[in-house]
Amino acid sequence: MSAAPSAPSLVAPKSDVAAIVAFVLLVAALVAAPFLAYPYFVMDALCFALFACAFNLLIGYVGLLSFGHAMFFGMGAYCCAHAAKVLGLPAEISILIGVAVGAALGLVAGALAIRSQGIYFAMITVALSQLVSFFCVQAPFTHGEDGIQSVPQASLLPFVDLTQTAPLYVFTCAIFLVGFFAVYRTVNSPFGEILKAIRENEMRAVSLGYRVTQYKLAAFVMSTALAGLAGATKVIVEKNASLSDVSFSLSGEVILMSLIGGLGTLYGPVVGAVVVVAMQNYLAQYGQWVTVIQGLVFVACVLLFRRGVVGEIARLGRWSL
Amino acid sequence: MRSTVEGAHAMNALAHISSQQLFTQLLIGLINGAFYALLSLGLAVIFGMLNIVNFAHGAFYMVGAFVAYFLLHWAGLGYWWALILSPIIVGAFGALVERTLIRFIAGLDVLYGLLLTFGLALIIQGLFQAEFGSSGLPYPGPPALNGLVDLGFMYLPIYRGWVVAFSAVVCLGTWLIIERTRLGAYLRAATENPTLVRAFGVDVPRMITLTYAFGVALAALAGVLAAPIYQVRPAMGADIIAVVFAVVVVGGMGSILGSILTGFVLGLLEGLTKVFYPEASNIVVFVIMAIVLLIRPTGLFGRAT
Repeated sequence: MSAAPSAPSLVAPKSDVAAIVAFVLLVAALVAAPFLAYPYFVMDALCFALFACAFNLLIGYVGLLSFGHAMFFGMGAYCCAHAAKVLGLPAEISILIGVAVGAALGLVAGALAIRSQGIYFAMITVALSQLVSFFCVQAPFTHGEDGIQSVPQASLLPFVDLTQTAPLYVFTCAIFLVGFFAVYRTVNSPFGEILKAIRENEMRAVSLGYRVTQYKLAAFVMSTALAGLAGATKVIVEKNASLSDVSFSLSGEVILMSLIGGLGTLYGPVVGAVVVVAMQNYLAQYGQWVTVIQGLVFVACVLLFRRGVVGEIARLGRWSL
Repeated sequence: MRSTVEGAHAMNALAHISSQQLFTQLLIGLINGAFYALLSLGLAVIFGMLNIVNFAHGAFYMVGAFVAYFLLHWAGLGYWWALILSPIIVGAFGALVERTLIRFIAGLDVLYGLLLTFGLALIIQGLFQAEFGSSGLPYPGPPALNGLVDLGFMYLPIYRGWVVAFSAVVCLGTWLIIERTRLGAYLRAATENPTLVRAFGVDVPRMITLTYAFGVALAALAGVLAAPIYQVRPAMGADIIAVVFAVVVVGGMGSILGSILTGFVLGLLEGLTKVFYPEASNIVVFVIMAIVLLIRPTGLFGRAT
């Protein structure tokens, strides 16, 4: 927490302890998870957790509600899958390509949307994601309804065999932790403090001389790059990219993950992602009722539980999580 | 270089397209435009009064079509009854939703309204999908409006002409009520300063409920109008809502007349695209939105916030 000099000194040590405990718990969970649950389920959840962290960086710390974040996840996924399968690049390079695509698309979408505020921003992102989703239905390289199947998992590193479960798990964990740490560092940096200032009072931030639009755009591109990273990593884990990766329902699910866990908390999106992915897995047999249940959880969270799981814990313990 | 190729392509296409084909697509565009106008009008009215973007609007549009279907199959009531009853039933349901759910998030960040109504849309759509699957159910139009009329340059299906004309009348009627009547004046005043209007003895909470019900009823009306043209499908609302959002962004939510006009014009442009470059017809509204955002971030008729 050295990067937050403005934090009151009386609170900082306690928050420090809480942050360390929370991080240790996270790492312990990552170590224990593959022995307690199906490893591919955990890896899937980690990809979506990273995606939710990226989304939460915007809603939680800048106050921007992106209602079409699946376009960055999905385009990152498609381009990674294309690079790995058609161009025959190793997984690491393909993932980097996915990140670059997420960032580039984020720059374009952000440049269009960022000047609009609140609900307009949300509506523009809905429309842009629909545009990207239609593009993916028609573009030949996505293979339409079939998607890109059986993507190779070739690693750049000589002794790493990503087709085996254990190395793939370590690989996914490493990427997740890198992404998570990036969000953590961003939020607890001077840059993050300015973002929070913009969230709290944009006019005041402007009057203090900050170029608000540029800060917002930087945060947006960072979030979309991480969303691309999450989508690309998902491709290496699941070996496929499909239309559901750019679908509007995924954009809704990532919001639900952050909402359940707690908007504006560091660990909330991770908890929320595990809950939502588990919900999908265990309720899959009920078909469309999953949508109904998700809707009910949405309504319940907004009406009764706006702080989310981690948000409530943080409030009870007065920790910063 | 590319534009000349595309230009030649367009000329070529023009030569091959009969006027019947062109006007048919334009009419379909106009019909879609009518639905965009009715839906974005409802969104604008609701937003003005409640300060929330009703994400469930597409779901209510779908429910409107389904209520028409139920009325026919369960009660034997045909199209004309549905045109009156469906908006009333769905509007009443909307009032219930406002009283039981939306009321409790008044005063919170506007984004919570979007999230709440999005959850609502998921529930409604999921319920219908669980019951009816994703295939479409046919709904017969009114027999009185069957058939074609020869306009000289094209054959106009009477029902489609009716949809465009009736929607335009409803839109303009709504505009007149809001801009030219005492009730509309109360509404606009309550939008500006609810506390003061309340002090004058106007029951503002009831007005809010009725406004939401009215906006939702407009969506249901569009659903009934759409039922004979497109089939009755659970996903019909989810398919249209993103386009309607784009229409709202292009028009800007500040102006009632602006949202009506934008709806019709964008529908027409979509129809034109279907004739000359069908591959892009799905995305043309979004592309126009992007261009408008570059030039005027607040929308064509919007006011800076």
